[in-house]
Amino acid sequence: MIWIIARREIGAMFCSPLAWILLAVIQVILGFLFLTNLDNYFLLQPQLMQFENTPGVTDIVITPLMHIAAIILLMVMPLLTMRSLAEEKRNRTLSLLVSAPLSMSEIVLGKFLGLMLFVFILLTMLMLMPLSLYLGTSLDSGKLLSIYLGMLLLLATFSAIGLYLSSLTDNQTIAAISTFGVLFMLWIIDWLGGSVSNGHSVLSYLSLLQHHHSMLEGVFNSSDIAYYLLLIVGFLVLTIRQLDRERLL
Amino acid sequence: MAEVLVQVENLSRFYQNHRAINQLSFSLKAGEVLGFLGPNGAGKSTTMQVISGNLAPSEGEVSIAGHDILESPREAKQHLGYLPEQPPVYRDAGVDEYLRYCARLHRIARGQVNASVDRVKQQCGLEEVGRRLIGNLSKGYQQRVGIAQAIVHDPQVVILDEPTVGLDPIQIREIRTLIRNLGSQHSVILSTHILSEVQATCDRVQIIRAGELIYSASTESLNQGHESSVKLALRNNVPLEALSAVAGVDHVEALDAGHFRVFLAPDTNTDALVAAAAQQQWGLYELIPEQQSLEDLFIELTHNEEVNAG
Repeated sequence: MIWIIARREIGAMFCSPLAWILLAVIQVILGFLFLTNLDNYFLLQPQLMQFENTPGVTDIVITPLMHIAAIILLMVMPLLTMRSLAEEKRNRTLSLLVSAPLSMSEIVLGKFLGLMLFVFILLTMLMLMPLSLYLGTSLDSGKLLSIYLGMLLLLATFSAIGLYLSSLTDNQTIAAISTFGVLFMLWIIDWLGGSVSNGHSVLSYLSLLQHHHSMLEGVFNSSDIAYYLLLIVGFLVLTIRQLDRERLL
Repeated sequence: MAEVLVQVENLSRFYQNHRAINQLSFSLKAGEVLGFLGPNGAGKSTTMQVISGNLAPSEGEVSIAGHDILESPREAKQHLGYLPEQPPVYRDAGVDEYLRYCARLHRIARGQVNASVDRVKQQCGLEEVGRRLIGNLSKGYQQRVGIAQAIVHDPQVVILDEPTVGLDPIQIREIRTLIRNLGSQHSVILSTHILSEVQATCDRVQIIRAGELIYSASTESLNQGHESSVKLALRNNVPLEALSAVAGVDHVEALDAGHFRVFLAPDTNTDALVAAAAQQQWGLYELIPEQQSLEDLFIELTHNEEVNAG
């Protein structure tokens, strides 16, 4: 059941030009950045050769690339998640799902899985760029895996938050803007750390950025995973509750 | 006695403090078509939304094919097809694709999906538009896709909320035929504010006003039995007294030249009147029994309520 909804979601995304354009734009921008990073690496390479224990190509090319990718996706994901429930509500098609023999959790999980399939496609396309370096050099595959997982968890969190905010309104633009606002706040919340001495650790723990950083550096910390999973599960439960609540209003 | 498929008991529904439905109770047997009538804002759509599980009832119980809609929603919804006021169609999907999706959502096995889709397309006259996008279809076809969606899983209960709104007269006739056909295998609840539609398609009528059930009867009993007045058209000039003098006539009302409305006393028929007309050479050329039409009843009931409420 969840799978049927997810398949319809991904089908609908690729029916409209939006998904294709997003994929193309992201790929072009990141492809460009990838090449400039690679150029920089070639410039630095002679100097790096002189030292022992220098950062490798993974650290110099891929980690910064993924940093920027995360920021771009922070702006792009709201555009993907905005339609998932808001559009169904606006077009009154949600009642099709509600009157089918499905539970609310199945509907929400189906929507989430649909988004995750898209994320998976997007991320696989992005990872092809670093992987192409295997043709000429060797990479730190453990670190690469950690980066991939880190990005996947980050985007899953974006999706869950976006899905929740999409369930609150029937206006796609409002869903997109509020999702962007929440994601951005979560991203920059640790900037406050400098001025508030006591709250620093709490705020930086709340920040998506901090957790993302360590995973990009290849540090696979269970508390980071727990942070992401907590956010994902939390927002999915909120979404289910929101849909249930609408039947009572 | 046929199986009771929909049982609604003391159903109430509030929107904040506004009471949309008040203590509504009724039941629907297998193979019955129930027409739901009411003026705008009477609570028709709300009732349908509650029965279909799209809204939770504030008080009372709804059960479908013996399953409570709140306690075992999955089983209840399995036996239910619902067409909301606005057909829940994806404009960017093709008709075939959409109906297959609906079939899968209603847990039809993968192997039987195509057979089910073909069946409803044939029932709803959608064979020729299978590959077209729903968004490009006319309103009438979209409405048919909506109905197809509600019956694709062959449910025992079909709920249609104003299924003929926005259709042209020919399409309305086709949809009514479709509903009548549905009624032979399924139980149908139909809401509408078109009175002739109810008389044409339903076995039973319920009129609700301000969330309360104010009338419930079979359309058959509505069409019979109210032969209390006849309209006469006479070629010759006949005084009112001559008409009143006929046995069995209660009183007479002159309409315009040569036209009269004759009210008969209870338990009499028009025989004496016709005999008198022949004997006295009134030149009778028209005699129309006046049934109490659903429209009269509807206006009478809802108007009275309005006066009382006012």
